[in-house]
Order: sequence, then structure tokens, then C-alpha cells
Amino acid sequence: MTWEIVIGLEIHVQLATRSKLFSGAAVGAGAEPNSQACPVDLGLPGVLPVLNLEAVRMAVMLGLAVGGRIAHRSIFARKNYFYPDLPKGYQISQYEQPIIQGGSLEFELPEGGTQRLRLLRIHMEEDAGKSVHEGLGDCSGVDLNRAGTPLLEVVSQPELRSPAAAAAFLQKLHTLVRGLGISHASMEQGGFRCDANLSVRRRGDEHLGVRSETKNLNSFRFVERALEYEAMRHIEALEAGGRLQQETRLYDSARHETRPMRGKEEAEDYRYFPDPDLPPLEISPEFIEKVRRTLPELPEAHAARLEQQYQLDAASAAALIRKQGAADYFEETVQAAGGHARQCLYWMRGELYAALKRGRLDLQSSPVSPAHLGGLVRRIADQSISGKLAKEIFSKMWESREDPDKIIQGRSLERLSDPGKLREIIAEVLRENPRQLKQYQDGKSKLLTWFTGRVLAKTKGRADPNLAGKLLQQALRAQDGNAEP
Amino acid sequence: MPQQDPALRHAAALARLQPDDAERARLERDLKAILRMVERLQAAPVAEVQPLYHPLELPAPLRADQVTEGDQRALHLALAPSTGAGYYLVPRVLD
Amino acid sequence: MQGVLETARLLEQGDASSEELTLDCLRRARSHGRRLNCYISLAEEEAVLEQARASDQRRARGAGTPLTGVPLAHKDIFCTRDLPTSCASRMLEGYRSPIEATVVRRLREAGMICVGKTNMDEFAMGSSNENSYFGPVANPWDPERVPGGSSGGSAAAVAARLVPAATGTDTGGSIRQPAALCGVTGLKPTYGRVSRHGIVAFASSLDQAGPLGRSAEDAALLLHAMAGPDPLDSTTDPRPVQDYPAALAAGKERLQGLRIGLPRQFLDERLDARVGELIQESARLLEQQGAVLREVELTHQDLAVAAYCVIAAAECSSNLARFDGVRYGYRCEEPRDLSELYLRSRTEGFGAEVKRRVITGTHVLSAGYQEAYYLQALKVRRLIRDEFLQTLEETDLLLGPTSPTAAFRRGEKIADPVNMYLSDVYTVGCNLAGLPAVSVPAGFTGGLPVGMQLIGPPFSEGLLLQVAHRYQELSDWHLQHPPEPPPGEPGQAGGTPP
Repeated sequence: MTWEIVIGLEIHVQLATRSKLFSGAAVGAGAEPNSQACPVDLGLPGVLPVLNLEAVRMAVMLGLAVGGRIAHRSIFARKNYFYPDLPKGYQISQYEQPIIQGGSLEFELPEGGTQRLRLLRIHMEEDAGKSVHEGLGDCSGVDLNRAGTPLLEVVSQPELRSPAAAAAFLQKLHTLVRGLGISHASMEQGGFRCDANLSVRRRGDEHLGVRSETKNLNSFRFVERALEYEAMRHIEALEAGGRLQQETRLYDSARHETRPMRGKEEAEDYRYFPDPDLPPLEISPEFIEKVRRTLPELPEAHAARLEQQYQLDAASAAALIRKQGAADYFEETVQAAGGHARQCLYWMRGELYAALKRGRLDLQSSPVSPAHLGGLVRRIADQSISGKLAKEIFSKMWESREDPDKIIQGRSLERLSDPGKLREIIAEVLRENPRQLKQYQDGKSKLLTWFTGRVLAKTKGRADPNLAGKLLQQALRAQDGNAEP
Repeated sequence: MPQQDPALRHAAALARLQPDDAERARLERDLKAILRMVERLQAAPVAEVQPLYHPLELPAPLRADQVTEGDQRALHLALAPSTGAGYYLVPRVLD
Repeated sequence: MQGVLETARLLEQGDASSEELTLDCLRRARSHGRRLNCYISLAEEEAVLEQARASDQRRARGAGTPLTGVPLAHKDIFCTRDLPTSCASRMLEGYRSPIEATVVRRLREAGMICVGKTNMDEFAMGSSNENSYFGPVANPWDPERVPGGSSGGSAAAVAARLVPAATGTDTGGSIRQPAALCGVTGLKPTYGRVSRHGIVAFASSLDQAGPLGRSAEDAALLLHAMAGPDPLDSTTDPRPVQDYPAALAAGKERLQGLRIGLPRQFLDERLDARVGELIQESARLLEQQGAVLREVELTHQDLAVAAYCVIAAAECSSNLARFDGVRYGYRCEEPRDLSELYLRSRTEGFGAEVKRRVITGTHVLSAGYQEAYYLQALKVRRLIRDEFLQTLEETDLLLGPTSPTAAFRRGEKIADPVNMYLSDVYTVGCNLAGLPAVSVPAGFTGGLPVGMQLIGPPFSEGLLLQVAHRYQELSDWHLQHPPEPPPGEPGQAGGTPP
């Protein structure tokens, strides 16, 4: 009996607007409870919603990025239910006529290859507040700062076939919304939340099985684990001849299992109807065009260009795209270095990332700017400094935030390539080491390397090793000519 | 105990209303009279007619994305029947 | 108390000060007003006198307008900062709104002084002002009778000359019907003409705020200050506001050849015979002034009340969900859990009519019923609106009775909600269609006022007021006022909450 897992996802993406979807209160986490909740957010008697233009623009951006159909006319609807974090007793959402329909997103499957997951729709809605259930005695506390924050709900077709694929798709969507600049998508702060629907059926069966919904998964790993658990639970139940209930569940990350959500036994009747306080949203083709022109380079196109332009391999290009700001950092570094993409990449992913990790910083806060890193690579490439020295210089750049050229000149770390100076030093070295010189003249030609090392040591690593070697050979041959009997 | 119309009982529950027995009997009678009156809508010639949600036929106005509201927490919390530590308090919810 | 225009003249000529007039309003509110139970709350004397004095000074500086320093009352559905806003409900008893309604702000900025919040049907649901947590309002023409509703307190206060003018809201006739039953002039603007920001919502696609006054002139002055687009209300219309007061004088000319339609369905068996006669006489008066009368058909009129009931109930069931005892308003004592908090706060906080409408509305929106009821009602709404608009292309305005009868006795209809809803039979159509309409006093039957209703196409408030004004130049019904018992007479029933 082979089973097929069927997964659909609903992702709530918090938009990075300054103010709320329907009011002028500030959006953002971390404020004192209820300090970012104005009368409209609180649902005080007499208040009315007014739609935020920027949220609409961001929705259109996402719609264009996934190739969805942007509705010229979409309707806001009330979803009616009672809960303390829902101040009006209804959520303003979209129901029958959402702003975006269709669309798709291609992503890499963990086992190799890609899948293009089709989306059902994307709609706009306001977020609810938050409740806390601890620390207030026998009460729960409601904080309405989050109430009214703009959300986009992305609904996929139930075409995912494994928990790992679901996690991979989520990663892709996460990268996309961040890349578009429409969401910070901070999962710890609830800026990118996933509800996962799973059902199971016999391979070849066209009907969908009974599904369960696991809510509010806020990490990729949790999504994968929760779905793995659910898949197993469904399969075990069906193989034992049992029946599954359509239900909503929560994931317990400590126990790695899901359990049914209390109080959600009956299906709620939300009585959706168009919100009479909000006329239909009309979006003109001109508006869509304007937004289209502001679309940044989309991740896929960006990665492909990096591969081509800088001769990177696909994995490296993808890694750059995946990390916030890395692709831009890389390209600016290459520009400052005047090329040498491989070296730039090497230094970024080596020294720079290591230093960032040690200092617990993200790329945006790096003390070493792309211009400086690029400058360093340029100096390595033109052989002004050795690779070993470059590491020291990098450390100094990190500490002092200085330009590498300044550091190099300031500390006379410039590579010693003046033949005259080098000959002097070589002569010194040969004088100071008569025994080795004799051994060399007697035939121990390996000592050339040793002598080169002595020259480098004397110049504190600044000597150009190739030039030093050449000049040494000349000097040694000359010595031969002068060899004493 | 008067017969309870399940549909109306369901509506009351959805609306978080729990009339007592005396009220309920009267409510049910009134509601049924209203719904009977409203039945005449079924006979209306609306085969090809679209619903009219708004008398106005204007599009939604859009607002600039500016923060125009400051922190009025104290003022708002003062309206509430029960608050603590800056939160609105309700009996503990198990989730 | 005189009307707005007379008051403005008195102030202008220095025959009275705003301070005196405001004090007079408060005094009358406490005596006659209490008898009628028009007010739910009154302004603090010192606070309003300060405003009045400031107005007098402004006038003395020559910076006065017709509304400067003129007292008024607001229906207790408008959020005000200085006075509580209760919507005549236990649910909002004593509620101090942090926001001020746009209408209140505009009238305040125009110089008017709010002396109190008037009584109303709870959450604007009713046609008799018998549904108030603070007791019923008495009709000043006969205290045994209702003033109409839901703006009963405002209509009664103006009729009893307690205040020059008052504001009201109209969802199914709640300005016009009480205006008719109390013998004052009341106007419901086109939907979207006046901002709903700060007005506690009953039915969002039907509600409109409007003025109640002694005359069309007064209504014009108030409407001019109240109206206009508002960035805080997504359902206001952006077009500029006409200068209604300035346009009034053109009424005489405008009547020449004006096409007035009389809907046959408004003169049906439900209409009281004497009321019908008075309406015909009024129509003839206008005909004498040059208007051309014509009978018209509103074939869908018989569906209006049913459609209105469903839509208003549906919208209000959702609008009133915010009243849950959590962030403001009434909360039950010691709820054991969240479920009880909701159930008891709402059941105890709301009156019977409100509960009736909320349950009805929840039902018509619920799964399995929404298409048959709510969607059906919205389709009928389009039929009704389209028919009105069509008829108003062949005519310039429509004329008919405002209410089928004059004021009925308190208690007469309260036990029969359907019968009560039918008292709005001539008014609900305008709300469904979003059209402006005005009710003007048009006579008396058995000593009780009768109102005539004029209905116009969208944004024709100017025309309605012109015709009403011309009518009032030729008649004196609007100048009649009810007799007043001398001070010290035993009070009437009502005034304290149960």
C-alpha cells in the first residue's frame, strides 16, 4: 500500500509598512503593550477603516513576482467571530474577490530538481492582537499592538508531496518577500507564519483524504517536523482501519508532536460578507505598470545573472541570493576589486563570514565594507601584499574600519619589490649564513627555499617571494663565480 | 419549556446572546414573524440582478502610509472594565 | 427658544447673548426637557458658558457667523468628548469617547454650542423611542404618545423649543419619521454626503447623519456645516458641498415647471385618510406655485421594508459584535470564563430590540441562509434603487407622506415588531437607494403633526431645501409649537432607567 502525502500551505506574511492596514497607528514589534493601538485598531464605537496605499502596492508587487492575476476590482469582507484579540468581533479580510489569483513559485526540491508550486490566491487582511496567558493570575491579557497590521495571506494549491518540499517552498517564499522588500518576514517575531494542511491518500486515488490543519508554525524546521508527524499519524490511522477527523492542531516543539487545538471542535460559521465600510478596491493598469517598473531583480534572475556574469557555480550563486544582502555585498566587492570574483567570494565566505559569526553580527552591520574588502582583494591580486599578510590586514580593517591602502601604507606593509633593496637584503642574508652558503655551493640546491625564507623573514614577509627567489638565484650564481677555492 | 428553533438557537449562540426562558419565547415568536414578513423577498424578480452592497458607486479611497497616531495607552486603558500591566484582562483562556 | 436663524439674528442684533441663551437651554432642559425625557446627559454649566462667552466675544469682534454661539443638542449616538455617549444603552452607559465625531467637530468649529445629548432608541433601532435604557421620550404634542424614533429625543427637543436645532441619524427613517411626528423639519442627506466617523454604527450602508430644526432654513444652515468629504470615512463622496442657505431664495423660481411625482404606492391602504388628504393639499399648494404633478409607480415599494429589515439586521449584527465587555462598555459581574463574559455582558447589556435585530442579522448571514435572505435582499435593493433613479429621471422629485399615521400611543406597537417596522414603510426606500429626503410639517390631524416627505436624486439636498423653504414661505405649519405645561406641573412618566 503506497500512500501519497498531499500538503497545502497558508502563509501569513506581515508587510513592512510604517502604519497599519486601516489606521495610522505604527506597525512594529517590541513596543509596550497597547501603545500602538489607536481607536480604529481597538474597535472603539464610531471608528471606520481607511485603506493603506503602501500595503496595496506591496500586494501588487508580490502578485507580479509570482505571475498572478491582479484583480482590477477586489472586495474586503468581514470574517465574523468572537475572540479577545479580535477587537471588532470581525476581521477585515478578503473572501470571494481577492486582490491576487493564481500565480506560482518555482523552488528546488531537496532531493534534486525543481517544482513549480501553483498558488490558489493571495489576499490582504488585518492581523489580530496577541494574548498572553501567563503572569496575570487567573486572567489572560490582550495586547492589541499587532491588531490591524497588514498581512498578505498566500494560499498554495495542495500540490506539495513531502514535508521537506513544504519547507523548501517556504524558504523560497521567505527569500522572495524579503528580496522584494515587502516584509522583514522575521519568523521569531511572527512576521512569517505558516498553517499547514495535510491529508493522505492511496497513490493513484483522485479524491483527497480527510485533512488536518496545523497552525502557527514559525520555523522551517517546525513545519517539516510537524508535517512528518502528521503524515505518520494519518498513515498509521488509515492503515489500522481507523477514521481521521478534520481538525485543527498545534505543534508542540518540545515533544515533536501535534495535538488537537482546544475549543476548535466545531467548524465556525464566519458569515463572510463584503464590508460595508469599505468600497471595492480598484487597481488600474497604470498603477500595476508603475509597480512593475519598481520590481527589483527577482531572485531567480539574480542568481542566474551572478552565475553568468561572475562565473560562479549554481550553489554559490544560490547561497548568495539566500543570505540577506549577500548578493549585493558580493557585487560591490567585485566592483571595488576591479574583478577577481572568485577571490572576492573566497574572502567573503571565509574571513568575513567567520568574523561576523564571532562578533555575532549580520552582514548589514559588518565593520568591513564591500569597498574595503574589494580594495583588499585588489591588493592581493596585484601582489602588493601576500596572502598571509592580507589576513592581518583584514583583522586591522575589522578593528579600525580603515581603508586597506591606508593600513598598508601606514604600517609600511607594502610588498617589497624594489630589486635594489632586495639585493641588499639578500647580500645581508648570504653574509650572515656562510655555512648554508657553503652547503649550497657544495650542491645542496634545496637550500634555495631556505634562503628565500630567510629573506622573507628579514623583510617581515613583505618581500615578493618570486622576485626574491629570482634575485637570490642570481646572487648565488654570482657567489659561485666568486667562490673561494 | 417552549420548543426552540434550532436555527435561531444557533444564531443566538453565534451572536453570543443567551436570552432567559421568558425572553427566548418572545424572541422566537418575534423572529418568526419577522422572517415570515421577509419571505416575500423570495418572490422578487431578481433573476439577473446583481446584489447592491453600497448605494455609492465609488472606489475605496487610499491613505498615505504615515504614522498619524501616537501612544494613547493610558487614555484607552482607562475605558476598560479590567486591565493589568498594560493589558486588557479577560478570564484565562486555555489554548 | 427660537430657531437657528432667529437666534442668530437676536445674537447679531445684540438682543441676547449666547451666554443667556445657553443658560436658558440648560434651564429648559432640566425642567420641560426632563418631563419629556429628551436628554440623556446635559453639559456642565460652566463649561458651556465658557464657550458661550467666547462666542459672544467673537461676535463682538465681528467674526461671527450665523451659527456662532447658537446652542444645539446631539443625538446620543454621536461621539463627543465632553459628554458621555451612551446610544441609550446599558452597554455604553457613561462611556467617554476619546474620539469626537466629524459632524460634532464641524458644528463646534462653526461656533455651535452643545448643551446636551438627546435620548434615542437604543443603538438607533426603533421608530418610537420606546427602546431606550433611559426610558421613553414623550411627544411634546401629547405626552401619552411617542415622538417617533430613533431620533425621538432630538425631534422632541426641537419641537418643544428646548433648543434651536439638533442632530440625528437616519437608517430607515430615524430623522424623518420623528420629525413628522413632532412637527419639525428633518433631512436625511444622500448617502456619503455627511461623514459617519464618530457615529456609532448601526447599519453602515444605510446610516446617514442629518439636521433637525424648525425650518428648512435652519436645516440648510446646519447641513452646510455638517456636510463634506472626510478622510476618516471611506464612504464619503468627494464632491464639494453646495451653499444650501444661499440657494434657498431660488426656490420660488425653481418651482416653475418643477416635475413632482406622487408615488401611487405611498397612498395605499396603510395610510391614514386624513394624513393622505393633507399630503394632497400640500401637493396642490406646490402645484399652484407652478409645479407639475404626476402620479408615478414604484412597483417594488412593497419589498422595501423586508429588504431593509434583512440588510439592516445583517450589518448591525456585525457592527455590534465589538460590544463584548473587554475594552470598554458594560461587563457582567464576575464571569467565570470567557464564554460567560461574552454571553452575560451582551445579554445583560443589550435591550430586547437590539437582541432581536442582532439575532435576526446573524441568522440571515449564516451558512445556508445567506443566499436566500441577505443576498436576495441586496438584489431587491438594486431593483428598488434603479427604479427610484429611473423615476427621478422622469420627475425632479417625489412627494408623499413621511409616516402612515400621526404619532401613535406609547405601548401601542411595541409588542408587534413587524407592525413597528411598517411605520417606516415610506422612508426605508431612500436609505436602501442612498437618496436624500426631507420631512416638513404639512398639517395636523387630531391635534397631532403630519409630515410631508420630499425625495430627490443623489446630491439634490439643495433642491429639496429650496422646495421645502418655498413651501414654508406659503404655509405656517412649521411655525406651530406644542403647548407647554407651566413650570411646577407634575412630571410625566419616564426618565429613570429600569
